[in-house]
Amino acid sequence: METISSLGLLLQFAYVVAGGLFIYGLKLLGSADTARRGNMLSAVGMLLAIVVALLDQGIVEYQWILIGFVVGAIIGGAVARMVEMTSMPEMVALFNGFGGMASLLVGWAALSTAGGTFTLVTIVLSILIGGLTFTGSLIAYGKLSEKLGSGAVMFKGQQVVNSLIVLGIVASSVMFCIEPGNSQWLYLVIGLSLLFGVMVVIPIGGADMPVVISLLNSYSGLAACAAGFAINNNILIVAGSLVGASGIILTQIMCKAMNRSLSNVLFSGFGSVSTDTSEVEGEIKPISAEDAYYVLEAASNVAIIPGYGMAVAQAQHVVKELCELLEKNGAEVNFGIHPVAGRMPGHMNVLLAEADVPYDQLLEMDEINPRMENVDVAIVIGANDVVNPAARDVESSPIYGMPVINVDHARTVFVLKRSMASGFAGIENPLFYKDNTRMLFGDAKESIGSLVREFT
Amino acid sequence: MEIVFLTFILMLSIFLGFELITKVPSTLHTPLMSGANAISGITVVGAISLAGTGQHDMANWLGAAAVALATINVVGGYLVTDRMLAMFKKKGSSQ
Repeated sequence: METISSLGLLLQFAYVVAGGLFIYGLKLLGSADTARRGNMLSAVGMLLAIVVALLDQGIVEYQWILIGFVVGAIIGGAVARMVEMTSMPEMVALFNGFGGMASLLVGWAALSTAGGTFTLVTIVLSILIGGLTFTGSLIAYGKLSEKLGSGAVMFKGQQVVNSLIVLGIVASSVMFCIEPGNSQWLYLVIGLSLLFGVMVVIPIGGADMPVVISLLNSYSGLAACAAGFAINNNILIVAGSLVGASGIILTQIMCKAMNRSLSNVLFSGFGSVSTDTSEVEGEIKPISAEDAYYVLEAASNVAIIPGYGMAVAQAQHVVKELCELLEKNGAEVNFGIHPVAGRMPGHMNVLLAEADVPYDQLLEMDEINPRMENVDVAIVIGANDVVNPAARDVESSPIYGMPVINVDHARTVFVLKRSMASGFAGIENPLFYKDNTRMLFGDAKESIGSLVREFT
Repeated sequence: MEIVFLTFILMLSIFLGFELITKVPSTLHTPLMSGANAISGITVVGAISLAGTGQHDMANWLGAAAVALATINVVGGYLVTDRMLAMFKKKGSSQ
């Protein structure tokens, strides 16, 4: 420390500036008007940090750094440009995984210069968190992109196997810190953390994915944080913990929106249970696009509640078209967005923004629910559990207590649905059998398309 | 002392992170996540010094691979966040 050159000192201060830019950038992300500028400031902070790192005197050779940059920038740039807004959850999951792997590698590489037990412990941590983030994210990616089955994978003795893995991780980590020269402990830690990542995510069903992505997001930050400790670098710690905190808060919000504890999401394999035996009274009343049009034409207040089905059907643009026609017809149109609609926090907002729906037309659940009584027609597009009145009324329902959007309080409800198959969570939805509910069966995009044609 | 100092930074930034993120509206949660993703690419800073040692040993290659992976996060994360945020418009603002 005392022999630090004035250039070195200047570089350290530049890291402080970079940290400040990250913080201010995140602050600007708190409002949609300033968010874009905030993201750019944060990017400037990153550029500054990278330039500072490149000026470090310890660096004698640039070719491998450059190759890494080029490879990473090409892949990252191409993915960012080409990804569909509907596939955003998969992409974020994949990127979380890359971040985790990078931290694992940095921790591993830092081993060659490591001394002291504390550094060893932080190296183990960055390998552990990084490794489980990597494989966990890959599994999450597979489930979200439907390359793997999206259901929960449960088997007998799962808890025992997991406990054994945790024990193995603890034991091999301790042995690694005692005998850092013996690389078999290192490989064991790496292998077990990769395995653990898989085991942690497979029992989680598709509908719980928003929680998992948020949590993995947090882990990728914490892994960077641990890597920062391992190589003694402040900026990694600051940036990593900002990301860690952000992921944890989103995780909490998602859990709260499902009225479940984090441990319940992680360990119960919710998506697989379908023990709901409650009989639902009433009958399904289908409606044709033509009849639906007459009801909509007379409506003066319409609420649209989108869900994951809208994303799957890529229906956001035609929804916007319908919305414009309704407004031209004199109706007030609002969107009700449930916090866990879609496969990641804020997923619906991005899709609708892509279709040019202004963000002040998107109402949160707590805003739209009090207005529901005045809504003439509520149109549910590809959403199921988030509008299920059983969460409010049926105590035996697995989702009882989860806050939902009360579409059944509207005068008429149109439910756009592919078929009568139950939702992701496999729970009966009494909404479909209510007197004021009409089912418009078919692909969401086509159904709305035919409504639009009726209007024009 | 270094350890105490680093832990201090950790504690303060976690609290700061909580304060900042709770103020982000749910509309912006997806861009927040991809933006956070980009920030977690900060690992690139650590990877750079490991990839530039000129030792051509194991640590060097691991560092280079880490540079590539973290750069995917940084470049991809910031670009896609910007792409998303550019789409967010207020009512009445012309396209």
